[in-house]
Amino acid sequence: MHLHTVWFVIIAVVWVGFFVLEGFDFGVGVLHTIVGKTETGRRVALNTIGPFWDGNEVWLVVAGAGMFAAFPAWYATMFSALYLALLLILMALIARGVAFEFRGKSENPRWRNTWTWSTTLGSLFIPLLLGVGLGDLLVGLPVNSSHDYTGNFFDLLTPYGLWTGLTILGLCLLHGSTFLMLKTTDDVRRRARAASRPLGWIAVALVLGFVIWTRVVVGHTQVPGPVEVLALIAVIFAARLARSDHHEGLAFAASATAIAATIGSIFIDLYPNVMVSSTSTAFNLTVNNAASGSYALTVMTVVAVVCFPVVLIYQGWSFHVFRARVQAPPEQPEQPSTSAAS
Amino acid sequence: MTNDLARWQFATTSIYHFLFVPVTIGLAFLVAVLQSAWHRNGKPEYRRLTRFFGTLLLINVAVGVVTGLVQEFEFGMNWSSYSRFVGDVFGGPLAMEGLAAFFLESTFLGLWVFGWERLPKRVHLACIWLVAIGSMLSALFIMAANSWMQHPVGYTLNHAGQPQLNNIGALFTNPTFLWGYVHVLLASLVTGSLVMLAVSAWYLRKRQEVETFRHSASLSLAVLIPTIVLALFVGSELGVVEAKYQPMKIAAAEAQWSTCQPCSFSLFQIGGGNNDQTPSQIIEVPHVLSLLATNSWNGQVIGLNQLQAEYSAKYGPGNYVPDVFIQYWSMRVMAYLAALVLLFALWGAWLLHRGKLEHSKWFLRISVWAVLTPFLMNTAGWMLTENGRQPWIVQGLMKTANANSPSVSSTDIWISLLVFVAIYAALGAADLALMLRYSRKGLAEEDGTGGEARTSAEGGGAMPALTY
Repeated sequence: MHLHTVWFVIIAVVWVGFFVLEGFDFGVGVLHTIVGKTETGRRVALNTIGPFWDGNEVWLVVAGAGMFAAFPAWYATMFSALYLALLLILMALIARGVAFEFRGKSENPRWRNTWTWSTTLGSLFIPLLLGVGLGDLLVGLPVNSSHDYTGNFFDLLTPYGLWTGLTILGLCLLHGSTFLMLKTTDDVRRRARAASRPLGWIAVALVLGFVIWTRVVVGHTQVPGPVEVLALIAVIFAARLARSDHHEGLAFAASATAIAATIGSIFIDLYPNVMVSSTSTAFNLTVNNAASGSYALTVMTVVAVVCFPVVLIYQGWSFHVFRARVQAPPEQPEQPSTSAAS
Repeated sequence: MTNDLARWQFATTSIYHFLFVPVTIGLAFLVAVLQSAWHRNGKPEYRRLTRFFGTLLLINVAVGVVTGLVQEFEFGMNWSSYSRFVGDVFGGPLAMEGLAAFFLESTFLGLWVFGWERLPKRVHLACIWLVAIGSMLSALFIMAANSWMQHPVGYTLNHAGQPQLNNIGALFTNPTFLWGYVHVLLASLVTGSLVMLAVSAWYLRKRQEVETFRHSASLSLAVLIPTIVLALFVGSELGVVEAKYQPMKIAAAEAQWSTCQPCSFSLFQIGGGNNDQTPSQIIEVPHVLSLLATNSWNGQVIGLNQLQAEYSAKYGPGNYVPDVFIQYWSMRVMAYLAALVLLFALWGAWLLHRGKLEHSKWFLRISVWAVLTPFLMNTAGWMLTENGRQPWIVQGLMKTANANSPSVSSTDIWISLLVFVAIYAALGAADLALMLRYSRKGLAEEDGTGGEARTSAEGGGAMPALTY
């Protein structure tokens, strides 16, 4: 396999990893007010992702930086084309990122309410907008012969891109609810299960629409690929399994598979393009015309081969350390994080 | 116009980002030292200090991380021509930063924050050290990338005239990188220790928890004194390296229009920003500029006029002189403040030696305000480095004027600039409010044994208190 292709696969895997991991914490971010009716319930929900979300978000950083290193033209064209969309994503990432850390640091209800909204809206818009961006890569954006974007902000909101965004958002919500079922107890767990029922069927409908629409967009074959079929089967399983509390682990595995297969299928359909030009197929960015030189790719491959296994080991260990379900300590349900000085 | 706006936007966001980065690097190290001290001597006050400064660290990390995301995206958003041109070389260190440093820092920070009552003590201590190492490694890769812009190495030009990496080792042995990276690390430790000293001094002056905060004040001085001395030394060596590879930068920092040998150092002047301006009120010290720029008593410093003529001949007509006013004053703000901090640190060392630290009202009062100096020095340092590279975005290879995104309009950049300014102002206010609140809130009451006793008192499997 040529190094271009190796790096295309690595970047696809990093995007998949990002959505499988951060997907559930986006879901928890949106759902935390729904599953947590009391302040304690909300905090329990947020604490399920507390140790993980920051590490999960690094997958996005690595996806972006990996594109910069391995496919500079792809990074340059995509990030400048999505300028205002990325601005919105950055606003959401900022609002959400500091919200986790700031929220618990004051008992003032207005303060907490501000960060609750930051968390909810941030967690909603990031997967939606990133999904729009990924869908746009496949359906194509107006890009000229020098690989510069020629459209405006509204040209980014392609119908297919929006559907992809909604699909990914729907999957993140389902993934978040299965994660919460797995990681909480009592009332929060019950509410997560109640939420996962409608979320499950919405996700099934969205994925089904996505698979059909993708066939229309890609065009050359009417038969969905195996990964798209896998996405559909997995999301149906996740929706079914989430209804009982005996299969929470399986339900979470199924929602993880559904999200992985959906993101994976976008990249599979994209290859060998990395960004389609709706102006002319001659202006498509491809793994060949967007890639770095072979020396740079070789160096980066060595770095990735050395680093990734280590990262997976310690991230996996962190999930193992915090495998217990989260619940509030019974004596002091409203105790803030750092006890006040007397 | 679009290009200027893109520069304003990038400068604003990166200067803001770098207010938080050195606090994170410096405090992570200091918190790790405090926790190690607790681990060794078992004294509860060290655990309390660890948690107290740990909270201040976390508030800063939150802002540092999210503003860092902006930087990572902005190369592509604002500077697509640059990204496309240099990604082959420049993208590598950024990707390495994510893989080798940012993952480490973020994952182990989560483990440290949530692991207090869950991890064995020794493992928990290792977590904070890995956070500290991760943050320092992160700076390493970013500085390797930045140094390549100052002094590009390890590449060949391909048929299209684009730089292509051909020696990755050269990026990490680049003299600009070696001196620059060490300088940034030292500056970060200076920043962290001045933050810790300010908070400790505030308590010492109010005579609260004197026994405890004497430990953190001593630790911060113990770190501050060697790091400020070394930062001055390394900074001046970095100046010599830059004088060699980026002579414009140093000549502009001295407003040295004509070649001189030996060269006097201008302590203070008004005017002289343009060639035809005669500066007034010059105070000069003979030979010092020669010494600073070349490490020799009678070294020659080539003036801006001669450099401009050389560059025009080599690269074609154009203005190759960076903004002299910014260069001259950012150099002086940085160096003069560093000298003041050094004197201040020596005063502190003397007080500490005499055992009078907590009784010197004036030292404690100044300590609180001294916390502003590292932020001014860090910002001035970056202004000197980045402004001094202009008009180049990559020295000798690409001009900033050609680097912005052709598809991005000035309206787009105006929107993003205003949005970032608004959000960053709000973040800054929230961050400052929390820092002051937690700084004043004092040390948490602890049971002194560090978690285990408390967990067992609540009964074996009881949940620890919610962190978020």
